Amino acid sequence: MIGFLLKRLGWMAITLWVVFTVSFFLMREVPGGPFDRERELDPQIKANLEARYHLDEPRWKQYLRELGNTLRLDLGYSFSRPDFRVGEILAQGFPISASLGIVALFFAVSLGLVAGIVSAVRRQTALDFALMTAATVGIALPNFVIAGIMIILFVFLWPLFPAAGWGTLRHLILPGFCLGAPYAAYIARLTRTAMLDVLSQDYIRTAYAKGLPTPTVILRHALKSGLLPVVSFLGPAIAGILTGSLVVEKIFNIPGLGVHFVEAALQRDYTLAMGLVLLYTTLLYTMNLVVDVSYVFLDPRVKLE
Amino acid sequence: MSNPADNRPSDLQRQARPAEEARRLKGVSPGQDAWRRLRNNRVAMLSLGFLVVLGVLALLTPLLPFEPPRRVQTWRQFASPLDEIQPPEQKAASQQASFRDDFGRLDRFSRRLLDVRMAVFGQWSIPPVCGTDKLGRDLLSRLFWGARISLAVGLVATLVSLVIGVSYGAIAGYAGGRVDNAMMRIVDVLYSIPFIFVVIFLITVLSADEIKQKLEGQYGINRVVIFFFVVGAIYWLTMARVVRGQVISLKNEPFVEAARALGAGRLRIIFIHLVPNLMSVVIVYLTLTIPRVMLFEAFLSFLGLGVEPPDVSWGLLANEGIQAITPVRIYWWLVVFPGLALGLTLFALNFLGDGLRDALDPRLKNR
Repeated sequence: MIGFLLKRLGWMAITLWVVFTVSFFLMREVPGGPFDRERELDPQIKANLEARYHLDEPRWKQYLRELGNTLRLDLGYSFSRPDFRVGEILAQGFPISASLGIVALFFAVSLGLVAGIVSAVRRQTALDFALMTAATVGIALPNFVIAGIMIILFVFLWPLFPAAGWGTLRHLILPGFCLGAPYAAYIARLTRTAMLDVLSQDYIRTAYAKGLPTPTVILRHALKSGLLPVVSFLGPAIAGILTGSLVVEKIFNIPGLGVHFVEAALQRDYTLAMGLVLLYTTLLYTMNLVVDVSYVFLDPRVKLE
Repeated sequence: MSNPADNRPSDLQRQARPAEEARRLKGVSPGQDAWRRLRNNRVAMLSLGFLVVLGVLALLTPLLPFEPPRRVQTWRQFASPLDEIQPPEQKAASQQASFRDDFGRLDRFSRRLLDVRMAVFGQWSIPPVCGTDKLGRDLLSRLFWGARISLAVGLVATLVSLVIGVSYGAIAGYAGGRVDNAMMRIVDVLYSIPFIFVVIFLITVLSADEIKQKLEGQYGINRVVIFFFVVGAIYWLTMARVVRGQVISLKNEPFVEAARALGAGRLRIIFIHLVPNLMSVVIVYLTLTIPRVMLFEAFLSFLGLGVEPPDVSWGLLANEGIQAITPVRIYWWLVVFPGLALGLTLFALNFLGDGLRDALDPRLKNR
């Protein structure tokens, strides 16, 4: 177990290093440095400034220095926002994006599981058909379209929720739902397939035969192995929710990481963009690791090598 | 052949009989078998039909009497599909001259089609049955012109990913051993990078003004082309894994050994003998990747990083629709129709992909 974790952490370090290196060299290839202005600086002053920030050194030396800074979690200054270090921007945005992501994940898992179990148990009925059609629609529609329709329905036609902004729980529900909906749909389909497989197994028949009530059989016996594919989908789902939040945060005007990322990209704030890429890579990798480890607890047959 | 006077069957005839019987038994090739099973899947066939019609319409859009997609007519901005619009007389006349310019720059094929359209229909065009946007442009026309870009991006980017993925996977699988190991480790590392962020980062860097001018001036590369390659460079990972697995299971088959015995080189074996045997996997993967790529394009265009106005794509249209949402008046058609177009296409592609996967599954053969 510990060996497995160490090995995975090693791969994570390699992945982060690759991302860092590629981003670093791409950033440096872009013509125009931070001290290029419309009004030319005096060459001597510019040289002094560049010396102060080590921009006059050979590329590999800059690279090593930057790598060292990043290892010390110092991501430098933002290119586009005065007075902000990249680390500060990340620290502000992260809790917001994380809570949005958690709400979305909650919607995805709860709605998906309930829909999947219900349609597996009531298979070949109108209810099953309706749920699975809804799931396919959820998969096919991009989340910004879902968001647009939701805003029209629940903000303007039937004003239940605020249109945008941040602060209270009510602000979270609509974006969380829009972000989680496609994943709820995937989870519903996965759960249904897995549950149909499990429900025809001998041990389920045995459980019924010894007189257990249906809810116990389904929730205690069938669900546990029916959950496995869902758990393995959670890794990609979390990745998707992270990326989806770019769009949803933009639509609902939520000051999270996603908005920062899009802005960083549009305003060519390279340091901020790199910081965000590194942060997202770390998050993604950690989530996948957690998912892999959780297998062991769900399925006694799985051993980590 | 047989002589009617001779009652005894000749040796030749006796030998010919089993051959005759065998000829009557019609062999079913895997392709025919898969096609038969796909035909029985009504949803998949419906999707296929829809996609074919959509593809043909998108290809022939310049031929159809739509309004020019870039024609700004502010007097009818945000006209709902249900409104009756009366054009003010003098304005209609003043805009006649620019009719053709409002199609934007076209390639030669589209120009020809447009010539035919102008000859047949003149400037008559279908009234804005899907409503108009904030500049009074006809949404129906923009949907069709957007379909051209969205579908083209989906197809081309998928093909790029296909070429990379199949070559990479086949080479790794056939080489085996240390080469295979190293190549697959690279794939593993790439897998755990959140690519969407890297792509946005890349597009940001590549669309910096100086680089952009250089790329467009010297090589004629614009953002869409960059997008093709970047997306192609991401979505090949899964393909490479799948193809590698297939190649490993195929490479010890007798037909490969026969090819090797005949002196075929490695690359020849891989690309002439092995790759055609992977077609079923590749086709299934293709239909499942196109919707993902299209979604990704929509996503990037939505963020303002994909297709650039005045070009249109469905993602861009959906973005404009969502921008136009205000509490004062609801321009539902600007959200619903682009969403519907995108949703239906992705819907059809997903169903077709599922259907093809079932149809090409060898375990279900002859059922």
